[in-house]
Amino acid sequence: MPAPIRLRELIRTIRTARTQAEEREMIQKECAAIRSSFREEDNTYRCRNVAKLLYMHMLGYPAHFGQLECLKLIASQKFTDKRIGYLGAMLLLDERQDVHLLMTNCIKNDLNHSTQYVQGLALCTLGCMGSSEMCRDLAGEVEKLLKTSNSYLRKKAALCAVHVIRKVPELMEMFLPATKNLLSEKNHGVLHTSVVLLTEMCERSPDMLAHFRKLVPQLVRILKNLIMSGYSPEHDVSGISDPFLQVRILRLLRILGKNDDDSSEAMNDILAQVATNTETSKNVGNAILYETVLTIMDIKSESGLRVLAINILGRFLLNNDKNIRYVALTSLLKTVQTDHNAVQRHRSTIVDCLKDLDVSIKRRAMELSFALVNGNNIRGMMKELLYFLDSCDPEFKADCASGVFLAAEKYAPSKRWHIDTIMRVLTTAGSYVRDDSVPNLIQLITNSVEMHAYTVQRLYKALLDDISQQPLVQVASWCIGEYGDLLVSGQCEEEEPIQVTEDEVLDVLEGLLVSNLSTPVTRGYALTAIMKLSTRFSSVNRIKKVVSIYGSSIDVELQQRAVEYNALFKKYDHMRSALLERMPIMEKTASNGPTEIVQTNGETEPSVVEPKHPPPVTQPTNQATDLLDLLGGNDMVSVIQTTVPTKPASAGGELLDLLGDLSLSGIPPITAYNKNGLKIDFTFERANPNPNIAVITIHASNSTETDMTDFVFQAAVPKTFQLQLLSPSSNVVPALNQGTVTQVIRVLNPQKQQLRMRIKLTYTHRGSAVQDLAEVNNFPPQSWQ
Amino acid sequence: MMRFLLLFSRQGKLRLQKWFTAMTDREKKKIIREMTTIVLARQPRSCNFLQWKDLKIIYKRYASLYFCLGVENQENELLALEVIHRYVELLDKYFGNVCELDIIFNFEKAYFILDEFLMGGEIQETSKQIVNRAIESSDMLQEDDHSEWYEVELFGP
Repeated sequence: MPAPIRLRELIRTIRTARTQAEEREMIQKECAAIRSSFREEDNTYRCRNVAKLLYMHMLGYPAHFGQLECLKLIASQKFTDKRIGYLGAMLLLDERQDVHLLMTNCIKNDLNHSTQYVQGLALCTLGCMGSSEMCRDLAGEVEKLLKTSNSYLRKKAALCAVHVIRKVPELMEMFLPATKNLLSEKNHGVLHTSVVLLTEMCERSPDMLAHFRKLVPQLVRILKNLIMSGYSPEHDVSGISDPFLQVRILRLLRILGKNDDDSSEAMNDILAQVATNTETSKNVGNAILYETVLTIMDIKSESGLRVLAINILGRFLLNNDKNIRYVALTSLLKTVQTDHNAVQRHRSTIVDCLKDLDVSIKRRAMELSFALVNGNNIRGMMKELLYFLDSCDPEFKADCASGVFLAAEKYAPSKRWHIDTIMRVLTTAGSYVRDDSVPNLIQLITNSVEMHAYTVQRLYKALLDDISQQPLVQVASWCIGEYGDLLVSGQCEEEEPIQVTEDEVLDVLEGLLVSNLSTPVTRGYALTAIMKLSTRFSSVNRIKKVVSIYGSSIDVELQQRAVEYNALFKKYDHMRSALLERMPIMEKTASNGPTEIVQTNGETEPSVVEPKHPPPVTQPTNQATDLLDLLGGNDMVSVIQTTVPTKPASAGGELLDLLGDLSLSGIPPITAYNKNGLKIDFTFERANPNPNIAVITIHASNSTETDMTDFVFQAAVPKTFQLQLLSPSSNVVPALNQGTVTQVIRVLNPQKQQLRMRIKLTYTHRGSAVQDLAEVNNFPPQSWQ
Repeated sequence: MMRFLLLFSRQGKLRLQKWFTAMTDREKKKIIREMTTIVLARQPRSCNFLQWKDLKIIYKRYASLYFCLGVENQENELLALEVIHRYVELLDKYFGNVCELDIIFNFEKAYFILDEFLMGGEIQETSKQIVNRAIESSDMLQEDDHSEWYEVELFGP
């Protein structure tokens, strides 16, 4: 058998292939030769063959039959074999193959090899693709090498340890002793990888984080030396000494300084020094500044430092380099919540970035612009954003439209402005508007009673121009169906009323039904609109004709509607006017944004950030019967929908203590229960327009020293009431009043009787289960009157 | 941490792939396809960063090769550009005025150099000299092997 061809020759040959088919043929031929060579167990050429296989693998061809060969190469004594073998293992093997475990023994031996380059290969392979089992088996060896004085091996062992910890977090403890004097190393490679290791440990374990806080002074010293030291050719990048290490130290400082006053103070000076002294003419200096800014913003830095950071970002925004502008916008987006006013100062620069040619920058600028909109700047900002909506790429239009709607809903200075803004979006980006915007807009229009005539007129005019944008057409059809009478009678006050006849309106709606541009959903809207006009217009006969035609439509949805409307005409004509009456004002549902809907007119700060209450999840109420039994009486009927908390137990610490902000409704809160350290307060709202519904929020707090877990709150009300319980924020009430569990109860009280409630509490405290019942009779009269 | 490093030509041909997390072959192929499509479609003077799913993608073109680095969200993009540049410098020192052909015909060396610079998605060594010396010494070890298949040509001064 002739010697297998050399790697470079194979590469040359394959590159001469003129077609994909020709290449495939060459590859198949070579693969066959390699396969038979493997079968012959040829030691001499195994290395060459595997290398060729790796090349073919890169071209996209299957190479799995080479996996075992890689293992044989790794086990070989020759360094060349090992080098290719380990490379092949990293490329072809992964934890999914059972075969990979066979490597473990080889790696173990190589970790103890006499040649450091072999040890290096083993560490590298383990550190890149070691599975959890391998990591468990070999962690001890890695730990040993972490303590060696050989810096070449020590740095690799450190990163290998990082990988082990990522795969098997429980093993983190065993590396702790070895980290003792890692930072006293002079070698930058070891320093860098040590900082990475420390970072990984601190990110994963709060205990480790607390333990390593004492390293802050040492880290500060190292960073200072890097900045102050003269030119060091070995680590210099454009005049800056080891920027990679500097950035990594800054990142570790960030983690150590977060939420810790002492650490933050210890690093204030060095951060200020880096921020002011770093050379910014090249990318590398800006990379360090960027990391510094992120660190300043995350720790408890003094306000002067924070202002410095935001100003650096402001300067970045004006930099010619696109990358720097992009990075500035990204960082500002992160800080806009916490340092809102500072970021507002750069608003005009940010808005200018909307006009940048670069797609990534435009996107960031758009997101940031929306975050900066408030009651004061809404008119100006909206003008810019609408202009952006007009001219931006289609990929932005959906997000921009949604953002405009949200912002308009929150900060609209007047109803007319709001409707105009919506109209502008629908007419310019109507096809990109999200599907759920249509019902939201309809709700908004319904609730703006005094604008109905104006709205329907503007929508009608828009329809005359263009019927291709479906969301616009749908909203318009709906409005014409509802308010067509206002349109025809020319009652508009806001602008010059147009003259339009009933027939013209019906022409337009019928046009929608037959047009190829209309989707089935739109046709449904149009048909229903026509039907509604039968009670508002006088040309009923025409409407009857249209409806009966569609009774035989191919579209099942249309057909069903038409048939039902037909029946309405024929058999239930007496009910028709009641059924097709004007829609009442709709209850406002929670918006999609994280902030509560507040109709502001000039408020400068966005309103209090509260987590969204998740929608109620109905579950079989077998708990309800328990409660009934316990209460013993027949006069208490509960309609309970007790739910499992849908949020992870965040102990209510993030939830702002609502007891501090009760001005929502003016109804005084009450303490419903206070026993054994558990206190439950009720606060009241009348957030929704239905006066028969009381919205009560319970706040459970715990003054004992141990947490109350598995906390479940249940309630029952008298028969004349109806109760709905939404999901609680968590089921752990943290000790020492560190947070509260909140839950929303909605009580329907149509007969306006005095509100009474029986509550049942179950929780686990100090290892034992606790259960208690109580009656709540001290509801303030305003809550049910 | 870094998740992957890809090198591909302007025609979308893959020249090097380094993955720092375990992934199926299918997933890898999909990512390669998407990266080449997205990066090759970018305008010439665009910014070098883009957001893709939950990762940041940093790419830079050197002559006919695109270097594409996928990193997690907390990484510093500007520094990632420096990482790419450092790798190019290392290749350049080793091959002497490196070009795409060098990487095609000596792909395994490109991997060896990368494995002395990065490991497990993190930077392993920040000194160019130390990386170069390690590669040179490893190459000399191969010479000692008297291995049949490998012709050692010592690169660099």
